[in-house]
Formats: sequence, C-alpha cells, structure tokens
Amino acid sequence: MSNEHLMLSQVSIEFPTPSGPFKVLDNVNLNIKEGEFVSLIGHSGCGKSTVLNIVAGLYEATTGGVILDGKEVTEPGPERAVVFQNHSLLPWLTAYENVELAVKQVFKKTKSKAEMDEWVKHNLELVHMSHAMHKRPDEISGGMKQRVGIARALAMEPKVLLMDEPFGALDALTRAHMQDSLIEIQARLNNTVIMITHDVDEAVLLSDRIVMMTNGPAATIGDILKVELPRPRNRVALADDAQYNHYRAEVLKFLYERQHRPEDKTEKKSEADVTSIAKGKINVKAA
Amino acid sequence: MTTDTLKLLGTTPLQWLANGLMSMLDKIQGINPQELIRSIAIPVIAFVLFLVIWGAAASQVDTSLGKVPGPAKVWEQTMVLVDEHNNERSREKRFYERQEKRNAKKLAADPDAIVKIRPYTGSPTFFDQIWTSLITVASSFLIASLFAIPIGIICGLSPILYKALNPLIQIFKPVSPLAWLPIVTIIVSAVYVSKDPIFSKSYLTSAITVTLCCIWPTIINTTVGVSNISKDLLNVSQVLRLGWWTKVFKIVIPSSIPMMFAGLRVSLGIGWMVLIAAEMLAQNPGLGKFVWDEFQNGSSNSLARIMVAVFAIGFVGFMLDRLMLMLQKKVSWDKSAVLR
Ligand SMILES: Nc1ncnc2c1ncn2[C@@H]1O[C@H](COP(=O)(O)OP(=O)(O)O)[C@@H](O)[C@H]1O
Ligand SMILES: [Mg+2]
Repeated sequence: MSNEHLMLSQVSIEFPTPSGPFKVLDNVNLNIKEGEFVSLIGHSGCGKSTVLNIVAGLYEATTGGVILDGKEVTEPGPERAVVFQNHSLLPWLTAYENVELAVKQVFKKTKSKAEMDEWVKHNLELVHMSHAMHKRPDEISGGMKQRVGIARALAMEPKVLLMDEPFGALDALTRAHMQDSLIEIQARLNNTVIMITHDVDEAVLLSDRIVMMTNGPAATIGDILKVELPRPRNRVALADDAQYNHYRAEVLKFLYERQHRPEDKTEKKSEADVTSIAKGKINVKAA
Repeated sequence: MTTDTLKLLGTTPLQWLANGLMSMLDKIQGINPQELIRSIAIPVIAFVLFLVIWGAAASQVDTSLGKVPGPAKVWEQTMVLVDEHNNERSREKRFYERQEKRNAKKLAADPDAIVKIRPYTGSPTFFDQIWTSLITVASSFLIASLFAIPIGIICGLSPILYKALNPLIQIFKPVSPLAWLPIVTIIVSAVYVSKDPIFSKSYLTSAITVTLCCIWPTIINTTVGVSNISKDLLNVSQVLRLGWWTKVFKIVIPSSIPMMFAGLRVSLGIGWMVLIAAEMLAQNPGLGKFVWDEFQNGSSNSLARIMVAVFAIGFVGFMLDRLMLMLQKKVSWDKSAVLR
C-alpha cells in the first residue's frame, strides 16, 4: 500500500491534563484515495476535530502518523487547506482580501499580480460570492461567510480539503444549497475531501465513504461505510431511493448502538478495523 | 456653531473634530425633545450644584493668602490670564513691527546693510505654558508608544520573552515619577553635555520621566491583547504558513488594536498627570512650572490662578483622551463596536 494518497496509520493522541494524560484517539487507521470524499461522523466530543487537526498538522499525534503522498505530515501547510467550523475569516478583511491573503501566500512566486487577482475572483465566483466580494465578514450572512471560507481553502489548490462541520451552523435551506455547491465543485476539481459532519443525510449524500467513530475517550474508527450511489447525486431523487435509505439506516444504527454500548468499543474493536484495513477490504458492519 | 461652519472646518486638519461635532449634532437632532432636555439638563444641574457647594465651602476656609477662591474669583482670574495672553501677543506683534520698520529703513538707506532679526523674548503666558506642556507630553508619549507597542507585541507572541520581561515590567510599573526624577536628572546632567543643546536639560529630564512612567500600561495591554488572539485565527495563519511580519500585520495588530488603544489611553492619561509633577520639580516650562511659580509667588490671586490651572489640566486631559478615542475609531476595523 505504498502508493496510497493519504494514510493515517496507528494514530493515537494524548493531551496532558492536570489529572494525567488524557487519551483522545487510539489507533486510528485510515487510507484515503486521491479524489475521494470521506465523511467523519460520531458523537460530539469523540475526537473528530482532533483527527482533522492531526491531518492538518495543527496537532501532533503521540504515536503513529499521517503520510500524504509519501511524505510525513509534520506541520500545517496550504496543501492541506482547512475550512474551519466557524469560518475563521479575518474580520478586518473583505471577502476578497481574505481569499487574496491565501492566494498571495501560495502563488506569490508562480502567479503575476493580475493572475492572482483573476484567481481570487474565480474562486469567489465558484462559491457564488462575486456579488459581495468587497464586504467584510460582519456584513454578510453565516452561509456567505462559510462560502468565503471554502473559497479561501479552494483557492490554495490543496491536495486535501479538510472541513470541520462546515455547514453545522447554517439553516436547512442554506445548508442544502451549500451541499449542492460542494458536490458541483468537488466533481469539477476532484479534490480529496475529509469532512466532519453531524448530519446523516449530508454524510450519505456527499461521501464515497463514511467513517464512523466510536465514543471517546480513546476513540477509534468503529466502522466504515462505503456509499456506492452513482454520481451525480440528486437529493430529491435520492429521498425515495431504497439504497440511499439503507445507507442512512446503517449510519443511524451505528450512532444509536454506540451511544448505548460505549464500553464494548475497546481493543477488540480497533483490532478488527486494523485487520479489515490491512486486508484492503472494508466491512460494512463489523462485530 | 452652525452646520455650515462645521462643513467649512471639514476641509481643514480639524476635520476629525468637526466630524465628531457633526455626528453629535446629528444625534441631537435625531433625539426626541424630552430626551434632549434630560441629557443636557441633568449634567447642567449637576454642574451648577457643584459650583454652589464649592462657593459655599470655599468661603468658610481662611488661608494665609486670604479666603479660598470660589467660582467667581476663579472665573475672574481666567479672564485676567486671557487678557495677559492677549497683551503679551500684541506686545510681541508691535516688537516685530518695530523691528521690521527699523530694518526696512536701514535697507532703504543702504541696500547692503546687514539687518539683525532678534526674536521676541517675553515671558510665557498661561496659554504658552499649556502649549509647552502639550508638546512635552506628546513627545514623551510618542517615544513611549514607539517602544511599548513592539515590546508588547513581542511579549505577547513569545511566552519565553514574556516570562523574562514580565517581572521587570511589574516592578517598574508602580514606581512614582518622583522617584525617577532624581535619577533621570543626574543621568541627563552627566550624559547630555553639549555646547549647543537642542533641548534644555529640564525638558529632557521631564520628558524622560514621563516616558518612564507612561510606557507600562501600553506594554501590558498590548501583551494581553496579543496573547489573547483567537486560536482560530492563529490556526489560519499556520495553515497559510504566513511569515512572521505578515502574521503580525495581518492578524496580530488588527486583533489587538482594542487592547492596544485601551493601554495607549491609560498611558497618555498617566503621562499627562506625571508631566505636571515632573515640570514642577524639574523646573521645565509648562503648566507644572506655572503652578509652582504661582505657589512661590503667593499673591492674593495665586490660589485662584492655580485653580484655573487645575481646570485647564483636567480639561486638556479630557481632550487628550477624546483625541485618542477618535484615533481609535479611525483605525479600528470594527466600526460597530461601542467605544467610550
Ligand atoms: N487541546 C486539547 N487539550 C485537551 N483536550 C482536548 C484538546 N482538544 C480536544 N480535547 C479533548 O478531546 C476530546 C475530543 O475533542 P474533539 O476532537 O473536539 O471532539 P469532536 O470534534 O468529535 O466533537 C474532547 O473530550 C476534548 O475535551
Ligand atoms: Mg469538533
């Protein structure tokens, strides 16, 4: 498996706390192909953001590590762009300037001034934000801010796009719009995406695979569900699709069962996952 | 003042002040009459009450210089000080007119004559002293800020430097200007030896003392502001791999501007307060020296004149703070924030 695109191998992390080290993740293994869309789903506080931050390079795994295209991840960098949960735009810069800051950083040496300007505008266009590009974050709605956050990440031309509950704070309608835009953009650019979500429908609609995490502490991957729905996917058509509803039910069942039986997610579980990944085969339902 | 004159002012450097007054007028026009009466009447009543109590209390106290002056006496002395200032100015004007005429005559008689232009050397008036004090405090404050802001930013960004410098900052912060002054005086006399000095020693002594006293709040507040920058924004800076300078100018400074200005305002307030004491003791021209001279003078008007100075000091201090507030509004990105 040396030609893997993005590889998390035996990732564990402990945070020091006043009452001793606190193990948040234990032995997380995951291989992701180029252009794949992977969702992370799991109960609040289980360690999803921590996984994402380790891939981003913002946290360092205590043991194990992340390898992207044959190189170990040791620090954050624009090839692993992050769309943060709360957009994290610089409030004193306009939408344009926020994206420009990222573009200048990445393409300083390779693009001319005019090309960079073009590229900033192109990415804002991609998320349908051209009309408000000279507004500051406090002058636009939550959905628009999130769009600018996505434009900023896309503008870096990242190998991997990391998204932490990108649409969590949005109303249902805006969220649906954003999901559609994301499907469209990903189809066009074929980025590798890891997205954290709480929303089962969102996970099924967008993902190639759904990674379901056990409850913490010492959380790990409980199960991986392969979503083999043909693309392009249409949310309205899928609503009555038997396969779609089957996937939904799988995810819900996992979340429901884990919540009620958190104690049996121990060593046995993670071993099962390691072997299933080692065999290069993913069980839809382990244990 | 009418709206028209304010508009005229808008084209001068007084623009900010005018804009401030304009927005005040706008606000007043927007407010309902009852609210207007209340917001004007209450402070006015309070002020009148203050004058009455002051007048009554003052007349009870006898001093070596006569009774403590009441509001009327202080007002009278204010007018005297204004007159003195105007007289001095017209004397100065006449002096220069005479000199010019003399020189013109000389040149008419002999075009090659060397004409002397002597500066007028009258004694500084009360208002000259205010101006001198303002210059001194402005230069000290500027120098203090020039050091304090970078030090604060570096301390906020580097926990190691913070640990190193924090004890020193905490120890020097509470030191009174009266303790600094002798040290500064002696060092200035020892180090600043020049045949043709640009600054007088007393000026340097009081300016340095003020700098030493007003540098700390800006350092401390900037440090706190910088070390409290949102983790999310720092993550952004890491993911983008921003360089140190870009990070400082695009993220650190904008997000710590509110705290920085809180510090700058405290610093300027302290600077102004300390300056009066420093001028008194260093015998540097300015309001402090005016107060000291009046105190030494001990005429029957001295107390009233010192009280005029007290009000002037208070008023100028207040104006300086407003000025900083306007500056803060100008540079702060969050125009919706309520600044007071
Ligand atoms: N920097 C940290 N220091 C200590 N504990 C942390 C830190 N980051 C996360 N945690 C802990 O790790 C657990 C998982 O957090 P997180 O990854 O944010 O969960 P999720 O995103 O799944 O809701 C939580 O119990 C949280 O308290
Ligand atoms: Mg989270």
